[in-house]
Amino acid sequence: MSVRVGVVVFPGSNCDTDAEHGLRLAGAEPVELWHESADLAGVAAVVLPGGFAYGDYLRAGALARFSPVMRAVAGFAADGGLVLGICNGFQVLAEAGLVPGTLIRNRSLRFVCRDVSIAPGRLDSPFTAAMTAVRPLRMPVAHGEGCYVADDATLDAMEQDGRVLFRYVRADGSPAVDPADRANPNGSLRAIAGVCNAAGNVAGLMPHPERAAEAILGSDDGMAILDSLVRSAAARAAGRGPAVVAGAGAAR
Amino acid sequence: MSDQSPTEPGAVAGAYRLAVHVMPKGGILDPQGRAVEQSLPHLGVAGIRDVRVGRRVELTVDAASEAAARAVVERLANELLANPLIEAYRIELVGAVAGAVAGAGEPA
Repeated sequence: MSVRVGVVVFPGSNCDTDAEHGLRLAGAEPVELWHESADLAGVAAVVLPGGFAYGDYLRAGALARFSPVMRAVAGFAADGGLVLGICNGFQVLAEAGLVPGTLIRNRSLRFVCRDVSIAPGRLDSPFTAAMTAVRPLRMPVAHGEGCYVADDATLDAMEQDGRVLFRYVRADGSPAVDPADRANPNGSLRAIAGVCNAAGNVAGLMPHPERAAEAILGSDDGMAILDSLVRSAAARAAGRGPAVVAGAGAAR
Repeated sequence: MSDQSPTEPGAVAGAYRLAVHVMPKGGILDPQGRAVEQSLPHLGVAGIRDVRVGRRVELTVDAASEAAARAVVERLANELLANPLIEAYRIELVGAVAGAVAGAGEPA
């Protein structure tokens, strides 16, 4: 029996069916979770998909944060449940305070939609556990507010704890140190593309793994992330979850 | 969430128009402000710097007093209207709104 993974549908979500498709390819049974319901239907993990939840009014993710489903997701996360936010889903998690930092307008002020490369910061998280080596993963970004910011003390602590899950890198895997480097599509501080919380069970990233889920889409590198999530969710459902203690074995 | 109602039962209610000014905190990158600043030379304007772009939210609050109205808006500003990680806010009274509450008589 395949593991059930919830995909939250907000008014304005537009990557929900793509996420469901990617999860199916990873062997999971996707379950749509409507934003007005606080019932997570007993899923083993939750994905917050990309889009423009509640029109992104006020700030991206600001209104979605107060929806009934997000209260349930916050409780699920507090109990150790696996939650992955993609793009707008990352923004919602940041607004909800479930992951550190926040996402502001791209430095260019432009909506950026193109392929980028990211590299995992660690391979022992539930979101990277299916990867066998640190290598650049090719997948698209599509956002106007993806510039990751946090204060220096927070960034330092996150790097120490292994909470920087993904960084933008050049196609050859070399780091994009300068925020103006084209490999960093939005000017994110320290080239941060994805982060996780201190417990390691909640993660968000701006790039779209579900849009790089099959070779016909130009890349199937995104499956490394979705496979990791589904495998970790299945292991937890079977009562043998991998340790997700942040800091242990952090690659950087 | 709803334990803090602006209007207490039996209180003579008024209505207050408040404005919340939300600004990016100092040190936080403000791409909009920077873009505005960079466009100023096109207007032939010199000598302007440190442009910051924020937002102003106005709302009418039915409450027993100005202090009660401010308390509610303070909470709204903290939780929703501003993101305290990157934004600071200031609340300003725009004015009392006469007769805005249905059934609430003005004091004679």
